Order: sequence, then structure tokens, then C-alpha cells
Amino acid sequence: MAEATATRADVCAVACADLFADDGEILVSPMGTMPAIGARLARVTSAPDILLSDGEAYLMAETPALGASSPIEGWLPYRKVFDVVAAGTRHVVMGANQLDRFGNQNISCLGPHDKPTRQMFGARGGPGNTINHRTSYWVPKHSARVFVERVDMISGVGWDRVEGSAARYLDVYRVVTNLAVLDFGGPGHAMRLVSVHPGVSVDEVRAQTSFDLHVSAGDVATTRLPTDAELALLAEIDPKNVRAKEVPDA
Amino acid sequence: MADKLTTIDAVVAEIEDGMTIGIGGWGSRRKPMALVRALLRSPAKDLTVVSFGGPDVGLLCAAGKVREVVFGFVSLDSVPYDPHFSRARTEGAIAVREFDEGMVVAGLRAAAQRLPFLPIRAGLGSDVMTYNPDLRTVHSPYADGEELVAMPALNLDVALVHLNRADARGNAAYLGPDPYFDDLFCLAARRRFVSCEQVVTTEELVKSVPPQALLLNRMMVDGVVETPNGAHFTSCVPDYARDEAFQREYAAAAKSAGTDEDAWPAFTQTYLAGDETAYQKAVSRRG
Repeated sequence: MAEATATRADVCAVACADLFADDGEILVSPMGTMPAIGARLARVTSAPDILLSDGEAYLMAETPALGASSPIEGWLPYRKVFDVVAAGTRHVVMGANQLDRFGNQNISCLGPHDKPTRQMFGARGGPGNTINHRTSYWVPKHSARVFVERVDMISGVGWDRVEGSAARYLDVYRVVTNLAVLDFGGPGHAMRLVSVHPGVSVDEVRAQTSFDLHVSAGDVATTRLPTDAELALLAEIDPKNVRAKEVPDA
Repeated sequence: MADKLTTIDAVVAEIEDGMTIGIGGWGSRRKPMALVRALLRSPAKDLTVVSFGGPDVGLLCAAGKVREVVFGFVSLDSVPYDPHFSRARTEGAIAVREFDEGMVVAGLRAAAQRLPFLPIRAGLGSDVMTYNPDLRTVHSPYADGEELVAMPALNLDVALVHLNRADARGNAAYLGPDPYFDDLFCLAARRRFVSCEQVVTTEELVKSVPPQALLLNRMMVDGVVETPNGAHFTSCVPDYARDEAFQREYAAAAKSAGTDEDAWPAFTQTYLAGDETAYQKAVSRRG
């Protein structure tokens, strides 16, 4: 039985894979370990048409284990990635040092911009990704420090920041964390709790979220467990169980 | 036909206080590190650095060469952040113009095409607009009327890039999987310098690569320097991969700067006090 053997990390991997189920024939760019595992799982199950990069300049023809190489099916150096971003045929999963109620994301710096208390990457591709194509987020440790009322520097653009023509391609889709799956189906595209992972309570998610999380009336769903087939595939995709290091069992 | 072979010191001697310098490569990949190291030793200061940033940015900040960094990110790839750049930022020691990385590409392309700006969607709604208060948007003059960011041209005084092979006339090729934006840096700059692993004859150059890998041609280049291992410790595949152990040593020393166990002066003394030959000797002594 899958139920007996699935870990929290397995649930997260499958929740990440489910992000891509409707994507069709587009480039999926998973930043971070769990989204990378999820994307590979999706390609061998629900989303066989997605394109995956090797992290350098090639598109992988096969779906190898993490860290293993694959024959290639195409060339996608950075200059072409920017073309794909502008064309919109891409679904990116980014990380977030801060994320607010409307999906504004910060990976740039904390504190005042002219003299931050902490410098991270910089805006990176956040502004361009979010304004051009579907964007999801992966947060390995759901905490009130990440889920904040207001982010210090908006890199990835959220639902409340643009309107009219600027908003035509904005598609901030979902957030997967170690506790829950969230989307922006609340009032005015506010963040909404879609499901809590097995063993997690709604109160626990609320306690780890600084803003008032929208929770629909009635019972909140539980994130689905992996099937036995998915667990077998996860063992092939991530044989060293790196995912458990990112999300230890509760 | 002009012979453009020169030396790293002659290249760096052209860099004057206050210039805007574009540095090729991406993150900790195929950076013109020999030229950057020479710049650390030069008297040049108050530089504006435009870069898909890696250790080039960190080293120049640590050496006090930088007035402003124009960037989308600074990262060492396998080490997420460059400690020297982080410190320069948290101490408020440098000015920045922070853009989406696609906006940096658009700015270089505008400069290459002698345009004042290029329209791009990236930036709308983000704090890139807030912290670059001079950034403007434009509206499409056509029926759609769409609002777009007018990314200003990033005109460069000097471009520094590192490729695998070049000839003495300034034709150059990359042998790895990604050209990055080195051609764009050259097209956006007044003076363009390419360092390379090996200078070969034109005949050898064109025979050694598929024609699509001939990224730079001689009208894009003013000077060529042969600097074997000149991208070290960043990657220059297939000639060599990133020196991860050395990068960790760099990052650890940089991170310790200013603490009680400051290893940066020793790192500087060991690797950066002498010229490029001394650097390469010190690196090979590590074994």
C-alpha cells in the first residue's frame, strides 16, 4: 500500500509533478531539487510532452535519474531561454525567500534596497518569468518568515501588481510547500489553501503564514498520496532519496 | 591584416577611472578572469560593471574598483552567492542598477543596435521599476496600446570576454555548449578585448569548430590575448571544468573577510599579489 510507505517528501514530489499535468509541449524549468524530481516524474507519467533542460545548454531526450546524463534532443543556451520566456511557452518553478498573499516573490535582498541586511541572487529572471508565462513556487520550509505580509523587493510579480495589457500573460499558478498546496483562488487572487499534506492541520499552515490565508468553507482537501507506480518511479528518479534531505519526515 | 595580439596589461591600461566595463560569461562560467585579475592590480577605480555576475563582480568589489554594478544576479552557481558582492551590498559600499536578467540582455542589444532603448515586458509590476526610478515605460503606437518597459541601452566603454580559441585578427570561437552573451557584449562596447585559451591560425580556427561556433569576427574585436587557464576558477569547457575546490576556497576566504578568522589577506597574498604567471603557478602548486 502506498499509504503505508509514502513519506512527506514523496507527497511533495508528487504535488510538484501535478503542477505540470496540463502543460503540454512547453519547457518546464524547475529550480531546486524537489521541483526537478517532480518534473521528471511528470514527464514519465502525466506530462510526457514537456521539455526539460540539463541545466546547461541542452534539452534532455530521456528522463534520467537526478545527476545522471541523458542523450540530448535539442540545444537551448541562455539566449534561447530568453526567447522562450518572451514567447511564453514555459512553466517555471522558482524558490522564494519571501512570498506574499498575492504571490509577489523576493529572491533579491532583505531590508532596504540601497543597503540590504542580506543580499541574495538579485531579481534574476523573476520579473520576466512572471510577466510572461506560468509560474509556480516551491518552498521547502513553510514558515512565517517566508510567507510575509509584504516582501522587501518584488522580483516575481504577483496578482495585485499589474492590470490591463501588462497582466495579459501573468499566470502565478500554485505554491507547493512542505506542508500544503496553495493557489491564488481567494478573493482578488489572494492565496488560498488548496490542500494540506497528510498529517498536517489547517491551523499548522495558518500558524506558519504571516498573512490571513484564504481557506474555503467546509473541509480542506488532503494532498493526494503517490500511487505505488509513482513511488517506484521516484525510487528510480531519485535513488539516493535526496528529496528526504530537503523535506525530512514530520 | 592587422595583428591584434596584445597583453593583459596593455588591455587593462586602456581602462580609465569611471568607465563602464562589460564582462562576458555567465555566473561562474567562462569569465575573463585573467583580465579581471589584471584589473584588480591596476589603478583604475570608480568603474561601472555590467555582468551576468559571478566571481568577477565579487573580486572587483573586494578590490574597491567598483562604483556601480549593473546586474540581474550575482552567483557562483555551485555556491549560491558571492560573499564579496554580498558584503559590498550590505555595507552600502556600491551603487546598483538591478534589472531582470532579460532586461540586461535587452539593454545590451539596444546598445549593439545603437538604439536608445528596446521594449520588453519584463520589469512591469516588479520593484525593478521602483529601484530604478529613471526607468520609463512606453505604449505601443498600434491598436493594442500595450504598455512595455523601455529598457535603456547599456552602452559599454570596454568589453572583456574569454573564449576557447581565437586568431590574431580577432576571430574567435567557443567550444562549449553555450555562447552566453559574449558577442552582444562586444557589439555594445567601444573597445572590445577577447582573451582565449589558445591563439591559432585562422585556418586552424575555422577547421577546429563548426561555423556556428565562430561567435566573434574581427570587426567586433580590438585586441586578442592568449591566457591559458585564463578563465580559472570559472569553467571553460571543454578545455576545463570549474575548479570547484578552488571556488570553495575563494568563497570561504571571501566569507571570512572582516571576521576574527579573516582568511582573505592570506588568499590575496597567495594568489593575487603577483601577476598572472604567479597566479597560475600558485594554482598549480595546490596540486
